Amino acid sequence: MCLAIPGQVVEMDAVQPLLAKVDVGGVRRNVNVGLLEQSELAPGDWILIHVGFALSKIGEEEARDQLRMLRAMGEDELAIEEVRGYAFDAEGAAHGAAG
Amino acid sequence: MKYVDEFRDPDLIRNVSRELAQVVDPERDYRIMEVCGGHTHAIYRHGLRDVLPDNIELVHGPGCPVCVLPTGRVDDGLSIARHPDTILCCFGDMMRVPGTQGTPLELKATGADIRMVYSPLDALALAQQHPEKHVCFFAIGFETTAPSTALTLLRAQAQGIRNFSIFCNHVTIVPAMRAILDSPDMRIDGFVGPGHVSTITGCRPYEFIAADYGKPVVVAGFEPLDILEAILWIVQQLHAGEAKVENQYRRIVPWEGNRAALGALARVFALRPYFEWRGLGFISQSALALRPEFMPWDAEVQFEIPGVRVTDPKAAQCGEVLKGVLKPPQCKLFGKECNPERPVGALMVSSEGACAAHYRYASRQLVEV
Amino acid sequence: MIAGEGTAAVRTARRVRFDDARIEMSHGAGGKASRRLVEGLIAPAFANPILAALSDAATFSLGDRRVATTADGYVVRPLRFPGGSIGELAVNGTLNDLAVSGARPRALMATFVLEAGLAADMLRAEVAAMAGAAERACVAIVGGDTKVVEHGFCDGMYVTTFGLGEVEGDTTLDPRSVRPGDRVLLSGPIGDHGITILLARGELEIESSLRSDTRPVWPFVEALLRACGDGVRWMRDPTRGGVATALNELVRENELAVVLDEASIPLRSQVRGACELLGLDPLHIANEGQFLALLAPERADAALALVRSMPGGEEAALIGEVRDEPARTVLCVTPYGGTRTIDMLVGDPLPRIC
Repeated sequence: MCLAIPGQVVEMDAVQPLLAKVDVGGVRRNVNVGLLEQSELAPGDWILIHVGFALSKIGEEEARDQLRMLRAMGEDELAIEEVRGYAFDAEGAAHGAAG
Repeated sequence: MKYVDEFRDPDLIRNVSRELAQVVDPERDYRIMEVCGGHTHAIYRHGLRDVLPDNIELVHGPGCPVCVLPTGRVDDGLSIARHPDTILCCFGDMMRVPGTQGTPLELKATGADIRMVYSPLDALALAQQHPEKHVCFFAIGFETTAPSTALTLLRAQAQGIRNFSIFCNHVTIVPAMRAILDSPDMRIDGFVGPGHVSTITGCRPYEFIAADYGKPVVVAGFEPLDILEAILWIVQQLHAGEAKVENQYRRIVPWEGNRAALGALARVFALRPYFEWRGLGFISQSALALRPEFMPWDAEVQFEIPGVRVTDPKAAQCGEVLKGVLKPPQCKLFGKECNPERPVGALMVSSEGACAAHYRYASRQLVEV
Repeated sequence: MIAGEGTAAVRTARRVRFDDARIEMSHGAGGKASRRLVEGLIAPAFANPILAALSDAATFSLGDRRVATTADGYVVRPLRFPGGSIGELAVNGTLNDLAVSGARPRALMATFVLEAGLAADMLRAEVAAMAGAAERACVAIVGGDTKVVEHGFCDGMYVTTFGLGEVEGDTTLDPRSVRPGDRVLLSGPIGDHGITILLARGELEIESSLRSDTRPVWPFVEALLRACGDGVRWMRDPTRGGVATALNELVRENELAVVLDEASIPLRSQVRGACELLGLDPLHIANEGQFLALLAPERADAALALVRSMPGGEEAALIGEVRDEPARTVLCVTPYGGTRTIDMLVGDPLPRIC
């Protein structure tokens, strides 16, 4: 219901400390960061932008973890497929996973 | 674009899609509601229906603020624009939402000063540029958007800007979810929770859904991988016989929410005793009004608002679609009297509405009715 | 004296009703509402076989010559924007309507509606811009008219241009010559013009280094027609309403389907960024210097190589193909195998926040 997009902080406004210049795919807009709890925002940080406000700082580590797990899911699949390649009771293995 | 493209990675999407296909029980159906209109939009925009198993049905929820805004409130807002020397500011989404006497765009074409803004702060800036005029901001949105209105208002107060007001239509999502859960014809197995609302509220407000109604809730992001992963987690919970709140969107959503934003909400807004939702009727404690100390900026106090009541057209079956009883094309008006150009029912109003998204993006020939 | 092209004469127009009470901004936005206005209110009054084609330019025979004519009004705010101005748009836009009808531009006429109080230097600059654009395209501006209206009755200046072109050889570009299997060529990245204008208005306070793509496309069209002959089935410059609207108009005309491959559609990062931020679909955004060409499949690769070899055509791409089914529909296949329908634009593209 709420369109919010990641953007990268380019610079903090020297005069208005709650204003950050943020880059989204090469276009830039001033974004109010008054809703962020962590006050120490620095150029290079990524934030989520909604109607000209930053809603949260994006967790790089969490993002990396998520992607790593999703990638691992594919590797598991490959392993299962290899097992199936040896053709013993693939049906049973699939049902076991679902059960 | 970082944090967008990685979450649209075709290989990873295939991984999750394949995993889902293996995990689902072919003997049963899954009815999963994505609460948020942003999810609905993303599901159609990315064609995600095509990568989901057939027995997972997605039910599109009430999380589209312009869709659930009653027609009477649109009329009320537009009555402000008819005052002399008044500028009414709206988000782009509002510009095509019809009241009984037309949309904001149509009223603008007849000469009213109605402007589109990207941010409530832009409306406040307009008030500063035009001290000879009054600028009213037509505020809509859920908990995601309400803090921005709150901060704007606090700034207006701090700077003593008096030619500015808010016509407040902010609503809260949890009471609407409860209304759907309490409805006797509700048939939903689990919820994809609203990711951006949860950046503000955190995940705790959904705990009653798991505890009292026994339904899984997975708070999810808006990229294809996020939505698919959330659906996978819901299916896994259902198979394990569990019902809990999980946070798939950890890179953005803190479990406890955003304290600064919640603080701003508490300072500026109070709950209304009840508020009308298009398609769902009156829901108690489901909307926000300005606190009395902000009366000087409250358009409902500063203007004589007619308080228009318009009942939903009987033929439109928005309520049934919202509760998952009907799919959009099963409504009698879908695509005929009711289409995105001339919406009759709530869900056709914005591209986030279930029906408009379906009309616009679903490959019509492939759709089962 | 004047005879319509045979194809247009037999065309049976579907009846479109126009029952809106007032003219709204959406009637000018190039989408469904514009179509209803033109086909439901204007065209029926002037009904004739040439008009019935409702193409960008009217093509007919004068004696043994085949000519194309077109007229277009230009209303743009701001008058000047990065990469161009109303004057250049007025020349290039009309030239391009001729070009995609397969006609070599021969002459232009220009009418100015000026608002009292407009700075003379502003007008001087726009006239110079028009002269420059016409000269670059080797076309003369041979006449026109000037009117002045009271202050407040127009947005600085409006320009209307009329163009006359000569159809090259025996070229016929007709939507109904398009066949299943034909490929869709797009000349370059989409949305530059529309996003540039949207941002140049300043309301959204978004900075970019984008520039309008306004330019004449005739050099590309001429090369394509020479190289591919009737392998070029149909062309269109996807202006208001964008690529989505142009292709929807095609499939409504010929009862076929177009399936686009989303990953192959050229798009600049900044256009994408602005569209993500504002919730817009780049396929709905206006272009002023691109064209779509529907090509016979055996000619498609050569045509692509040709366009790419020309300056300004480096980013051209084959973005989709024509199919039988589902009729009257434009589909887009996402990189992960999902499908969505691409509809015509409804009204002006408005930024979404929710």
